Amino acid sequence: MDPLSTLWETFFDADAMREALPEMLTVGLPNTLILAVSAALLGSVLGLLLAVAGISRSRWLRWPARVYTDVFRGLPAAATILLIGVGLAPLGMQVWGPDPYPLGILALSLIAAAYIGEIFRSGIQSVEAAQLEGSRALGFSWADSMRLVIIPQGIRRVLPAWVNQLIALIKDSSLVYFLGLVASQRELFRIGQDYAATTGNESALLLAGLCYLALTVPLTHVVNWIDRRLRNGRPATVSTEEDDDDIPSYAATEGDRR
Amino acid sequence: MTTATTTSVSLDVRDVHLAFGPNRVLRGVDLSVPRGATACVIGPSGSGKSTLLRTINRLIEPDRGDVLLDGRSVLGDDPDALRQRVGMVFQQFNLFPHMSVLRNVTLALRRLRKLGADEAETVARAQLELVGLAGKANSRPAQPSGGQQQRVAIARALALRPEVMLFDEATSALDPELVKGVLGVMADLSAAGMTMVVVTHEMGFARQVADTVAFMDRGVVLEAGPPEAIFERAEHQRLRRFLDQVL
Ligand SMILES: Nc1ncnc2c1ncn2[C@@H]1O[C@H](COP(=O)(O)OP(=O)(O)OP(=O)(O)O)[C@@H](O)[C@H]1O
Ligand SMILES: [Mg+2]
Repeated sequence: MDPLSTLWETFFDADAMREALPEMLTVGLPNTLILAVSAALLGSVLGLLLAVAGISRSRWLRWPARVYTDVFRGLPAAATILLIGVGLAPLGMQVWGPDPYPLGILALSLIAAAYIGEIFRSGIQSVEAAQLEGSRALGFSWADSMRLVIIPQGIRRVLPAWVNQLIALIKDSSLVYFLGLVASQRELFRIGQDYAATTGNESALLLAGLCYLALTVPLTHVVNWIDRRLRNGRPATVSTEEDDDDIPSYAATEGDRR
Repeated sequence: MTTATTTSVSLDVRDVHLAFGPNRVLRGVDLSVPRGATACVIGPSGSGKSTLLRTINRLIEPDRGDVLLDGRSVLGDDPDALRQRVGMVFQQFNLFPHMSVLRNVTLALRRLRKLGADEAETVARAQLELVGLAGKANSRPAQPSGGQQQRVAIARALALRPEVMLFDEATSALDPELVKGVLGVMADLSAAGMTMVVVTHEMGFARQVADTVAFMDRGVVLEAGPPEAIFERAEHQRLRRFLDQVL
């Protein structure tokens, strides 16, 4: 065999792919989604708390948020996952048994929270001070103003960056294989890797890669779509063809104006 | 009539002082607005007009002096409760762009006044109708013109049945052809007996609608009186010069 077709066989062996495909779709894909979606939810909730703590007037909230963010953004994801997944395993064993998923999800969430916290914080801080003033002037407390007026607007503005973080989570979820997974717990990457190891052929791993792309590429398009929508303003909910002259009768005041 | 305001009260600002660091912005402001009266505050840029309004509803706490509603000091009250009694309208509207026009108006009714969804909507729709915007309830705030947005902001404040209304250059950000509608709503409100403090550059409005015109200059009310006195027989040189510039 010439080198080129050897190379082709190594990556694009249709039989190897066909063999791996069912397990990839019925085991790997659901597991990857469970890891990524749970970590996205938990990470977003924690991230929101971090963001609010980060802009709090109390330094006892600001400081811990700052330190947390620096630490979890600064460590390699693999190190964090091992530290938490292995370090807390004895504790996890007592609470829910040997399942590595809860700790894997926790580690992924803690990492994601650091990034999502920064994303949310920048969005919240980009909302004009006038919005807070308008809300306070109506009688809303600071906390209600944040919850009802400032945070919803801030988060809307950074949705593209948030979706990018979800993409990162889908990819990082592959790192839980460090924690030792039984067959039914294996996610896309681990299944691809296992097939590659037993057959000496990388095609299954390539197939895993294609599965990741099938998840992440549409999400990048979601990012672009949200981005466009935010830039152009949302589409009209109601057309406004009426004129501005449906004003009520009023005392004449315009006589000597300007 | 824009609204029936049987609940308005008198407003007294007494010797209010406020400094931002070394910048003494308010230096002993006095202003009395009897129940149902309208005071227009005029004066050069930077004289402290906006700051004065913000001390009245305590968006800024005065360093010294007192603010009284109905003869009683409000400085010891819960500021959030006070702000429900004192409506405020801003130059830039400050509508919430992520909510429909209707929800801008119902939000405080539901969350602060604890009205049910249906009741809040009824009140809000009635208020929007009174400012001539019944048809805009479901739009996003950015869709109506600036003049409509400001009328939404007025409806939003009025829906809480305030006892005093503050207007900070409510028409300054509007295109000239839209100013009329907003001033009309304000004039109606004044005629309906709302106690109002109106910071404005619209001298025609001040002349026709105000009971009192107060000229603010460098942190004090230098001269106050009925519009005729202020516009025809100004005592202070600085006020005469100001009027020469703006009229
Ligand atoms: N939040 C603030 N922090 C510091 N300085 C402020 C603040 N708000 C206002 N000032 C200062 O207070 C002074 C008075 O401002 P203010 O906005 O009350 O004037 P104004 O009479 O409303 O002027 P304009 O007609 O331009 O609106 C200005 O010197 C301004 O720079
Ligand atoms: Mg001002």
